[in-house]
Amino acid sequence: MTARDEVLGRIRAANAAAGHPAPQEVPRDYHRAGAHPAGAPELLELFRDRLVDYKATVLEAPADDVAKAVRAALADATGRVVVPPGLPDGWWPDGLAATRVTDDGLSPADLDTAAAVLTGCAAACATTGTIALDGSPDQGRRAITLVPDVHVCVVRTDQVVQTVPEMLAALEPTRPITFVSGPSATSDIELERVEGVHGPRTLIVVLTG
Amino acid sequence: MSTFLGIPAPRGVGHLRGDRSFPDAARGALADSQLRRNLGHATRVIRGKRAAVVGELDDWEQLRLAGSALKAATMARLDEHLERLEQEVTARGGTVHWARDANEANAIVTRLVQETGASEVVKVKSMATQEIGLNEALEAAGIEAHETDLAELIVQLGGDLPSHILVPAIHRNRAEIREIFLREMPGVDPELTAEPRKLAMAARAHLRERFLRAKVAISGANFGVADTGTLLVVESEGNGRMCLTLPETLITVMGIEKVVPTWQDLEVFLQLLPRSSTGERMNPYTSAWTGVTPGDGPQAFHLVLLDNGRTAVLGDDLGRSALHCIKCSACLNVCPVYERTGGHAYGSVYPGPIGAVLSPQLTGVEDNASLPYASSLCGACFDACPVRIDIPSLLVKLRAQHVDEQRKRAVPSAEAIAMAAASWVMSSPRRFAAAEKGSRAGRLLGRRAGRIRTLPPPLSAWTASRDAPRPPSETFREWWARERGGDS
Ligand code: SF4
Repeated sequence: MTARDEVLGRIRAANAAAGHPAPQEVPRDYHRAGAHPAGAPELLELFRDRLVDYKATVLEAPADDVAKAVRAALADATGRVVVPPGLPDGWWPDGLAATRVTDDGLSPADLDTAAAVLTGCAAACATTGTIALDGSPDQGRRAITLVPDVHVCVVRTDQVVQTVPEMLAALEPTRPITFVSGPSATSDIELERVEGVHGPRTLIVVLTG
Repeated sequence: MSTFLGIPAPRGVGHLRGDRSFPDAARGALADSQLRRNLGHATRVIRGKRAAVVGELDDWEQLRLAGSALKAATMARLDEHLERLEQEVTARGGTVHWARDANEANAIVTRLVQETGASEVVKVKSMATQEIGLNEALEAAGIEAHETDLAELIVQLGGDLPSHILVPAIHRNRAEIREIFLREMPGVDPELTAEPRKLAMAARAHLRERFLRAKVAISGANFGVADTGTLLVVESEGNGRMCLTLPETLITVMGIEKVVPTWQDLEVFLQLLPRSSTGERMNPYTSAWTGVTPGDGPQAFHLVLLDNGRTAVLGDDLGRSALHCIKCSACLNVCPVYERTGGHAYGSVYPGPIGAVLSPQLTGVEDNASLPYASSLCGACFDACPVRIDIPSLLVKLRAQHVDEQRKRAVPSAEAIAMAAASWVMSSPRRFAAAEKGSRAGRLLGRRAGRIRTLPPPLSAWTASRDAPRPPSETFREWWARERGGDS
C-alpha cells in the first residue's frame, strides 16, 4: 500500500473509531465587516497609528503628487533603487541622487547591493497595520521587497480596509502574497523587540489618495 | 474510551521522547536559578503583551469559538481536505509526498535534497522537522542544515535544544547568547556587546551570505489551505521570507492537522495566532505561496504531508482535540509548572501544557508516562488557548489511561503504590489520625530550613523535585480536640 493510501486509510479508521464526529457548524459572528468603509478618515488614522507603533515611517501625498513624498522618502538613498516593471507613471521623482533600476530578474546579489525598493501594494488592514503585496506589476517579485534594506511602499487610501477578513477577501489567494506589518523584527533575546533582522530594516509608507 | 489502535511515532528517531522522565529532568531545572530568572522574566513580559492586545478585540470570544469549531470541522473531514490540498498543489506545479512516520519523512526530504546536488540547506524554524529529527538525518547523509531563525540559531550554535515553541532560546539571557556567538560564529566582532540589537545584527551578518547562496530551503507550514493549495508561514524576522523566496527548491514538511478548508478560514486564525503568541496585533511577515509561480520564488516545490502518530491521536474521541493546536505557545506562558521547569524538562519538542498532552498521545502514553502529571490542573492553559483546547480534561484522562495500564502490569509503579497507600490511609479516620501524628517525625527532618528536602520512599518521588513544608507541631485533629474540648 502506498503511504498516501495508508495515511488516508488511517484517518478514516480514526474518525470511525472516534464515532464519526459530525463537522461542527462554524459560528461566524465575529466582526467580518468593519464599521467604516475603505479609506474612511477613522481608518487612516488607525492605520497610521499602528504603523508608527511598529516603527515604520508614514508620509502623506496628494493623489497627483506621489513623487513628492517618494522624493522625501528616498532623499538619503545613494546608488540604485529597484522598482517593479509596472511602476505607475508619475511615482518616480526627478532630481534624486539614486538611479532607478527596473527589476528584470535581478540576482539576489544584485538586490543585496541596492539601496532601496519602491512599490505599490494590493491591500491594507487598519486594525493590524498590515500591508499585503501580491506580485502584481506595481509590486513585482517577492524578492525585490525582501533583500534591499529600505522599502518604500505606496498605499492608496481606498486600499485601506478595517478588518483582517476584509483584507483577505480583497486578495486572490493563489498569487504569491506577502503580508507586511512593520519592518522586520525579532523578540528572541529576552523578549526585547529589535527592529530589522533579515527583511528591510526600514519601512516607509506613502499614504496617498 | 476508544479502542482504536493507531500507530504511534516510531522510537529511536526524532524528538518526542526525552531520555529522562519529567520529574528527573525538572529537578535540575528547579535548581537552576539563572534559568528560572530568564523564564520568569520572559513569560511575564509576554503575558502582559498578550493580555493588552487580546483586550483590544471585543469579539475575541467569538473568534475563539469559531477557531475551535473550524478545527473540529476540519478533523471530521480530514481525509477529504488533504486530498483537495494535494490536488490543488499538484495542479499549480507542486509535488506532494506522504509520510507515514518520521523515518519515511526524513528519507523523502533527504532524497529530494540529494537530487538537487546541494550539500547544504537553509531552514526556517519548523516544529515538524524538529519532531522528526530531520537535521540529524540530513547530517547523516552529509548535508548541512542551517537554522536561520535567530533563536534557533542560538540553540544550534549553543549545541542546545529548543525549550519553547515560539521563543526556542527563552532559557538563555543576553550574556549567555553573547558568549555563544563569540565562541561559535566565525569572524564575529570580538568587541560584540550583549545589547540585543548588536546581537541581532551579528546574526544578520552571519546569515546573510548563506541566504544569498542557498539553493535549497526547508520549511514547515502554519497553515495549508485545501481549496486553493496555498501554504502559509507566519514569522517575524524575514528569515522565513528569505527561505521561501530566494532558493531554487523549497521543501515544506507539514503535519496533516495543519490543513484548513478554505482561504476564508484564515481570517479567524490570522487574528488568533499573532495575538496569542507574540502578543502582537499581527506578526511582521506572513508569506503565502501556491505551487510554483513562474518568475517568482522557488521553481521547484515539494510538500511532505506527515502523519507520525497524528492519526493515532485522531482515533481518540477526546484526545483528538490536541491536534487543534496552532502552536501559539500561549499555554506555556501562563503555566506555573512551565515557568519553573522550562521546556527541556518535558523531553519533547512540544513543551508546556500542550506538550504534556500531545507528546504522550503521539508516542503512546507509556513512552511519556510522567508528562500528564506535569501540571497543577489550574486551568490557566484552557483560558489562554485561542482554539479552546480543554487541556486540563485531557491531562486527567491521560492520567487515568496511564493508571489503567499500570494496573494491568505485574509490578506497580511508585506513584501507584503512593496513591494506593494514601487512599488506604485516608479511608479510615483512625488510620488518618495515626498518619498525621506520624508526620510529626517530619519536623525533625526539616528542622533547619523549615522545609523537608527528602522524604522516605515512596514519598521521595514527591520531594525529588519539590520541597515539602515542615508539618506543623500539632495536627488539625489535636488542635480541634484542644480548642473544642475533645468532642470530635
Ligand atoms: S494548546 Fe492552545 S494555547 Fe497551547 S500552543 Fe496550542 S493553540 Fe496555543
